[in-house]
Amino acid sequence: MTAMTAVESAVLGAPLQPLVRLEQATVRFGDVVALRAVDLALHRGERLVVVGANGSGKSTLLRLLHGLVPCTGNRATFPLAPGGRAPVMAMLFQRPFLLSVSVRWNMLPALWLHGVRGRAERERRCHQALQRVGLERMAGRPARSLSGGQQQRLALARAWVIEPDLLLLDEPTANLDPSAKREVEELIEDVARAGVTIVISTHNLGQAKRLGTRVAYLEAGRVVVDLPVDRFFTDRLPREAEQFLKGELPWT
Amino acid sequence: MHPFTDSFVLALRLIGNVDAELVRIVGLSLRVSVTACAIGGTLGVLLGTWLAATRIALRPVAVWFVNTLLALPSVVVGLIVYLLLSRSGPLGSLGMLFTPKAMVVAQSLLVIPLFAALSRRLLLDALSEGGDQLRSLGAGRLQSALLMLVHERLGMITVILTAFGRAISEVGAVMVVGGNIEGFTRVMTTAIALETSKGDLPLALALGIVLLGVVGIVNLVISLLPGRTAAGREAFA
Amino acid sequence: MIDRVRRVAVAALVAMVAVMLAAPATGAQEKTIVMASTTSTEQSGLFGHLLPLFKRATGIDVHVVAVGTGQALDIGRRGDADVVFVHDTAAEEKFVAEGYSVKRQPVMYNDFILLGPAADPAQTKGNDIAAAMKKLAAAGASFISRGDRSGTHAAELRLWKHAGIDIEKNKPAGYKECGCGMGPALNIASSTDAYVLSDRGTWLSFKNRGGLVILVEGDKSLFNQYGVMVVNPARHPQVKAALAQAFADWVVSPAGQAAIASYKIDGEQLFFPNARP
Repeated sequence: MTAMTAVESAVLGAPLQPLVRLEQATVRFGDVVALRAVDLALHRGERLVVVGANGSGKSTLLRLLHGLVPCTGNRATFPLAPGGRAPVMAMLFQRPFLLSVSVRWNMLPALWLHGVRGRAERERRCHQALQRVGLERMAGRPARSLSGGQQQRLALARAWVIEPDLLLLDEPTANLDPSAKREVEELIEDVARAGVTIVISTHNLGQAKRLGTRVAYLEAGRVVVDLPVDRFFTDRLPREAEQFLKGELPWT
Repeated sequence: MHPFTDSFVLALRLIGNVDAELVRIVGLSLRVSVTACAIGGTLGVLLGTWLAATRIALRPVAVWFVNTLLALPSVVVGLIVYLLLSRSGPLGSLGMLFTPKAMVVAQSLLVIPLFAALSRRLLLDALSEGGDQLRSLGAGRLQSALLMLVHERLGMITVILTAFGRAISEVGAVMVVGGNIEGFTRVMTTAIALETSKGDLPLALALGIVLLGVVGIVNLVISLLPGRTAAGREAFA
Repeated sequence: MIDRVRRVAVAALVAMVAVMLAAPATGAQEKTIVMASTTSTEQSGLFGHLLPLFKRATGIDVHVVAVGTGQALDIGRRGDADVVFVHDTAAEEKFVAEGYSVKRQPVMYNDFILLGPAADPAQTKGNDIAAAMKKLAAAGASFISRGDRSGTHAAELRLWKHAGIDIEKNKPAGYKECGCGMGPALNIASSTDAYVLSDRGTWLSFKNRGGLVILVEGDKSLFNQYGVMVVNPARHPQVKAALAQAFADWVVSPAGQAAIASYKIDGEQLFFPNARP
C-alpha cells in the first residue's frame, strides 16, 4: 500500500493528504456481502474512477466513502487542516432524485442542512451554483420538468452549492444522451479543476481515461486492481480484469 | 324509483329555500369536521411522519397498532370520549359533553389513525425512491421525512379528502358525545339517522343528497386548487 | 371554461365558509340545562312545542338528549344530565331509591296502542289488551319488540306478564327483538306486516305506515305515565340543580300543564297532564 502511494505521489507531483481511509472494510446487507475487506486510501485532489461489472460493489463503495452505509473494519475521515472540520461530502446518483418543487427550492434544503443560515447568503450561493451549471434562467421552473441532462446538472449544482471537499458520482452519465453526457463531463472536470476530490463510478472506459487519475477495478466486492490511470490501461492486469476490459467496448 | 326521485326533488327544494334549520345543521357539520381534520390532521401527519422516519425497536408494534385503529368503529370512539368527558369521568369538569367541542374531540381521534397510516405509506414510498439521496445531502431521517411531506403534497390532498369524508359522514361518534340536541349538536348525519327512525325516508335521503353535495363542492374546489400547473392538472386528470 | 367553473367553485366555497361561520353555538353565558328524555317523547314533537314556552317564561335553554328510557336514566346516574323526563314509573322509583334523585313528580300520561296488519290474522281487535296478547302468543303471530330497555319496552313486558305469558321462557313463535327505537320498530312492523306496541305520539307523527292500523286501544293497562326528576346534586355537584328544579317546577305548574294539554297533532291531543297539585 505504501509503495503504491509513493508512486502515485511521484505521478501527481504533490504531497499527498489523506481524505478518507478504508481498512478491511466489509459491508453487508442482510446475507449479501457487498464489499469484502476493502483497503483504500483516498487523497485530496485525486480523481478516482471505480469500474466493474454490475453488482460488483461500485455503488456500495461510493456510499461507504460518503458514510451512508455502516461497515465492519475501519472508515476514517481526515480534516483538511489539523484541528479543522471534517471533509464535506456530496454525491450524485445515476437518476437524480429531485423534489417536486422548483429548481431553486431543490437547492435551498441542501444549503440549510449544511448550516448556511442567512437568507441572502443562501440566495447568493444558489444563484452562483446555478450559473455555473448554466441553469440560472430555470430557477423558478419545476425541477421535474427539466430534461435528463438538465436534471443531472441541477444535481451537480445542488452538490456544488455546499462547497464539498469530496464529490462522489455514481454512474452520473449512464442515462444521458451523448450531448448531455458531454455537458455533464465538462462540468465534472470544472469541479475537479477547482480542487474538489472526485470519485466516479462508471461502465464507460473512455470516461475513465478522460476523467481519472487513478482507476480501481472491483469484482464481487473486492478491490482487485488499484493503479494510476495510465498504468491501468497499459500494465498486465489479472485475468478477470483483462476480460472485463475487453468485454467493455468503450463507445466514447 | 319513487323514493329516490322524491328525495332528489326534496333535496333541491331544501337547498333552494335555504331552510334555516338545514343551514344550521350543514354549518355545524362543516365546523365540526373541518376543525377535527385540522386538529387530527396535524397530530396524525406528525405521527405518520415519525413512523416513517423512526428506527426504534417498537416501531412495528406502533405501526400495527395504528393500522388496527383504522377499523375502530366510530361509535366506539364516541363511547370512549363519552366516558372520558362524562361528569362521572376523569375530564367531567371540562363540561364538554353534549356540546360541539366533544364532537370535535371524538372526530379528531377518529381521523388521527387515518392520517397517520396514509401519510406514513405515502412517505415510505417516497423515501424508498429518494430517501438515501436526501440523506446524502445531510438530512437526518426525520428531516428527510419532512422534506418528502412537501414533495408529496399532492398525495396529501387525497389523504385530507379521505379523512374529511370519513369525519363528515360518520354518525356513531357525534351521536353518542353530542346527543343530537336540536339546534345545538344536530349535524347532517344525526339528522339523517333521526328522520330514518321517524320513518321519514324521503327526507332522510334528501339530507343524504345534500351531504354528498356539500362534500362534492369541497372536492371540486380542492381539485381546482393546483390551477394551471401541468403537474396539478395531471394529478386530477 | 375551466375559469368559469373555478369561479363558481370558489363562490360556492365562500358560501360554505359563510354557512360554517354563521351558525353560532349558544354561548356559555346563557342559562342551559341538559335534559335526558326518550326518543318517543322527542319524536312526538312535544318538546318543540313546550320548551320555547319554558324559555320565554324563564330564559332557560333546555338541551334535550333523546335516547331510550334505560339509557336516559343511566345518563342521569352518571350526572351528565340535569333533569330526567321519562315514562317508566318502576324504573324512576328505583332511580330515586338509589339516591340519584330526591323526588319524582308525575307530569302527564299518554297511551300505548297495539298496531298490526289490517287483516289482523290473530284477531286481536278490541279494547282488551290482555286478551289480545294471549291471542298473539297462541297464534305465533309476528310481533316486533323494541328490546331496548325503553319505557315502551318495559310497558310491553308488563303487558305480557299481565296476560299470563312468561316472555323470557316462552317466546311466541313470531316474536322478534330489534333493540331499536320506536320509529325503526314501526318501520320493521310496517314492512313485514307484524304486530307492534307503540305510544300514540310516535304513531301519530309516523309517516311510513304501510298497512298498519290501530287494533287495540283504550284499555286502562295501556296507560303510560311520565315523571320528571331533578338529578341529585349531592351525588353530582356539577348538576345545575337550581335551573333543573325550575324546569320541574314549571312543568307541573298550571302554566306547564296547560302547555302540555295544548299540544295537538291534527287536532288530536297527545298528552294528558296529571301532575298532583
